Amino acid sequence: MYIYDEYDRTIVNERVEQFRDQTRRFLTGELSEDEFRPLRLMNGLYIQRYAPMLRVSIPYGLLSSDQLRMLGHIARKYDKGYGHFSTRQNIQYNWPRLETVPDILADLASVEMHAIQTSGNCIRNITSDHFAGVAEDEIEDPRSYCEIIRQWSTFHPEFSYLPRKFKIAVSGAVKDRAAVQVHDIGIYVVKNDQGEVGFRILVGGGLGRLPYIGAFIKEFLEKKYLLSYLEAILRVYNLFGRRDNIHKARIKILVKAIGPEKFAEMVEQEWLQIRDSVLLLDQKEIDRVKKYFLDPPYDSKAAADTSFGQKLSTDTGFANWVKRNVKPHKVAGYRGVYISLKMPGIPPGDVTDTQMEFIADLADKYSASEIRATHDQNLVFAHVKQGDLYALWTALKTQNLATPNIGLLTDMICCPGLDFCSLANAGSIPIANQINSKFNDMDYLHDIGDIQIKMSGCMNACGHHHVGHIGILGVDKKGEEFYQLTLGGSPAEDAALGDRLGPAIAQKEVADTIGKLLDVYVEKRHEDERFLDTYRRIGIEPFKQRIYNGSVAQAEGE
Amino acid sequence: MRVIKDNQILEDSWTRVDTVTADQPIPDGDLILPFKYWQQNQDKLANHRGKLAVCLNGEDKIEDIATHIGKFNLIALDFPAFKDGRCYSHARLLRDRYGFKGDLRAVGDVLRDQLFYMKRCGFNSFFIRKDKDIEDALKAFNDFTVKYQTAADGALPVYRLR
Ligand code: SF4
Repeated sequence: MYIYDEYDRTIVNERVEQFRDQTRRFLTGELSEDEFRPLRLMNGLYIQRYAPMLRVSIPYGLLSSDQLRMLGHIARKYDKGYGHFSTRQNIQYNWPRLETVPDILADLASVEMHAIQTSGNCIRNITSDHFAGVAEDEIEDPRSYCEIIRQWSTFHPEFSYLPRKFKIAVSGAVKDRAAVQVHDIGIYVVKNDQGEVGFRILVGGGLGRLPYIGAFIKEFLEKKYLLSYLEAILRVYNLFGRRDNIHKARIKILVKAIGPEKFAEMVEQEWLQIRDSVLLLDQKEIDRVKKYFLDPPYDSKAAADTSFGQKLSTDTGFANWVKRNVKPHKVAGYRGVYISLKMPGIPPGDVTDTQMEFIADLADKYSASEIRATHDQNLVFAHVKQGDLYALWTALKTQNLATPNIGLLTDMICCPGLDFCSLANAGSIPIANQINSKFNDMDYLHDIGDIQIKMSGCMNACGHHHVGHIGILGVDKKGEEFYQLTLGGSPAEDAALGDRLGPAIAQKEVADTIGKLLDVYVEKRHEDERFLDTYRRIGIEPFKQRIYNGSVAQAEGE
Repeated sequence: MRVIKDNQILEDSWTRVDTVTADQPIPDGDLILPFKYWQQNQDKLANHRGKLAVCLNGEDKIEDIATHIGKFNLIALDFPAFKDGRCYSHARLLRDRYGFKGDLRAVGDVLRDQLFYMKRCGFNSFFIRKDKDIEDALKAFNDFTVKYQTAADGALPVYRLR
């Protein structure tokens, strides 16, 4: 993993001092609320429904065990003993006091962490594949490019007051585990016909009020042009993105308004003028950064272990967990392991201080002292020997961290909703609880198999509901919490936005409605077909019929 | 106006005229005029007593001034609100692409916490918003000693120093 040198350390320490002074000036009244707001936001600090919320950056989701221990320490010392992993591979604290934030930042800096650009109208944390470096289907490890982009975008003087927030994701694999196509800029590492590795680039994806799948504007970009091309995109956006209406300010609106071809042409014109400047990325620098992301020393005898197979056949609890939470690895005898943060009864993504420290210790023991946060709010150990899986599972169980539900119905994405967020129309955590209590039969869940439920408490779509196989959106109907369902979305390489099922439904009926949707799926599915595939084959009508009993027109007319 | 110029506070002879119509007389002296007004009234301005500079904002097309750059010792870029970041790009283009070497001045909602970025984008003088402490603003230039990326200040990407 990337390790700071003097330069990185200096920047982060200077940032802590800068923010300490900004906070002081705000508290003494030298800075108005309006002047302080963008400054605190660029440091991840929101004022929420009950208290400030601090979002800490986890660049491309990668954490060392020491960093995770520090996150646990912060949860205990400055918050109420827990943190919340978000869909940006970041962690959020819901209860810190404004006065203590500079101290939190100083604690973070001591383990090479920060909250820089985790909010505000700037380039946000770069996200990536949580199986980067270990996936079997990888063309090239994307993390070195993420780090290069992170450095380029950190305190970029020209792009810190953009029309709106800006999110970049990079994936280096065939399967897209990073929701690349719903980012402002999405980057796929690809190989061209000559066998050279470069980037395929899309712009203008995004969720929120007006959701779009991004449009590809560059089919193959040589590596050395990565930064100049990004700079060209950002410059065109900074100059021409709308600033008159916050809801129309994302790059997706600009791309849509002028068309992707025209946008691509403007970027190309700008890029041609800067591509051979000092922005040219040396291979030397790529190689230097790559050294930070080398494989840990793998045990060449790992595959010889036989205990794993044995335990699989004798312990069904273990086998169920392996079936859902353990994934293949590029090295024989190793696996990637999901630690589910979707335990029934706990808000998705929430972890306690004790659990964080516990996980950090396990990472030291079993996974090269490294942890990854996923964009669907779970954690991953990327380097576990098959012979250690049983011991790891046994340990995880003691802290309620071995729920065998990765990719299943209860592995929901869920935003904080009405319980924490001042923008919410409706609760999302209570719906998660409702779904968890209705669908508590593991056999049923395993039978339903892969399905992604994603839930947002309002149109801002932090819970990515548009790209849920089943999406749930909280709406306000005359002061009551209602939920709008969508079907058929996907954040993966087959990205799609969900279709609206029909009129919103009452809070108490959400889980039952999902039950009926699943009944339709079970009746109609072909063998081995996922919910999404069945939906794509049969369309929305059968689902509509079941939920609204043919009275859609009538209900719509209400 | 009392400004920060090249890291020092000083009083200079410029006056900014931010709204002016074609039929209005303009006063003598060193004036910063709206670029559009300057463009449309060049004949009339030929006899002006004093120096002339122009002010552009985010809406203006920066390439329109490219061919006139040699005519000005000072170009001002206006921030109607500090969150409007278009003039950061304008500044970079003026310096990096069109080679403007004169005084590049930030005017409008110019506040301490944006000065560091403005300077990096090529501004060298700053008309700090009137109700703010200009001495205090001066501290902003020391916010960071390391810069990750290149900009109009000629900084090399930090990796080239590593
Ligand atoms: S989707 Fe809405 S309710 Fe949920 S966290 Fe985002 S802004 Fe808040």
